[in-house]
Amino acid sequence: MPHDHDHPHETRPDAPDHLTYYQTMEVAVRELLIEKGIVTADDVRRQVEDMDGRNAGMGAKMVARAWVDPAYKQRMLSDGNAAAEEVGLDRGLYKLVVVENTPQQHNVIVCTLCSCYPRWLLGLPPDWYKSRNYRSRVVNEPRAVLREFGLELPDHMTVRVHDSNADMRYLVLPMRPAGTEGFSEEQLAAIVTRDSMIGVTVPAVG
Amino acid sequence: MSKRAMTKARSEVPPAGPARASVPAHFKAGDRVRVLELFPLGHVRTPWYIRGKSGTVERLCGAYPNPEELAYHRSGLPAQPLYRVRFLQRDVWPDYHGNPTDTVDLEIYQHWLEEVP
Repeated sequence: MPHDHDHPHETRPDAPDHLTYYQTMEVAVRELLIEKGIVTADDVRRQVEDMDGRNAGMGAKMVARAWVDPAYKQRMLSDGNAAAEEVGLDRGLYKLVVVENTPQQHNVIVCTLCSCYPRWLLGLPPDWYKSRNYRSRVVNEPRAVLREFGLELPDHMTVRVHDSNADMRYLVLPMRPAGTEGFSEEQLAAIVTRDSMIGVTVPAVG
Repeated sequence: MSKRAMTKARSEVPPAGPARASVPAHFKAGDRVRVLELFPLGHVRTPWYIRGKSGTVERLCGAYPNPEELAYHRSGLPAQPLYRVRFLQRDVWPDYHGNPTDTVDLEIYQHWLEEVP
């Protein structure tokens, strides 16, 4: 369709006209910290770069190791932080609780209060994880929410929702899918997605 | 981040269980507990939907500074034992549809819990 009709389109300004209260607060605090020599602008930039560079590949490395090494899996379930360190990752500042999917139970993570998430292993949480819709509904009707993510669970399976509402952080250890016999640890890690470690889906081959 | 800033930032995040003044733990895994039905003002990390509900202690997570105090720049000490408590969904939501064994686990500080006789 040619774009030559006569009504004007609303244009989006290049920069927002005003900052929200918290955006102003962030700028003010950041400028003060720099001015007082507590951090430098480069420190702030480096932290943002570090956080943006983190992704679910780190958590996937732990899951793949657990799939090939039963002793590691046991250590991961009893001490998630030490298990992260064991595969060369940060142990993190929060205690990591790893919850295991089995043929009898499926686990799913939420933070109903805000957006608590194992950022050091999975990167920044997806927008939907922070949405009021997900946070309020997955605790109350998890099966319906999982169905919307394309995950249909059999009625006989127990669904365990974990509300990350205080000092722990959570990682779901999914089940190793069929068809991965003979996969290397790297090949296994490649099929472990972010969403499967939050528990709104399960890893699949192909 | 500069070393000084990093040290400060780390000191404000609850570390994974070092020695510090803490309240003794009253409960253990398997104990039946009820979340107090209180409605205090301020920063509280006990969600409304679980207040007044009964569940079973899944594990003791360690002791952590009380977030209701930390929010106001107080020390939060002595640290409060923190538990993962497992609730049956049908006990939390009267109209819950789904397997009766479905659960929701939350982290609850000890001062929000009472024993279920």
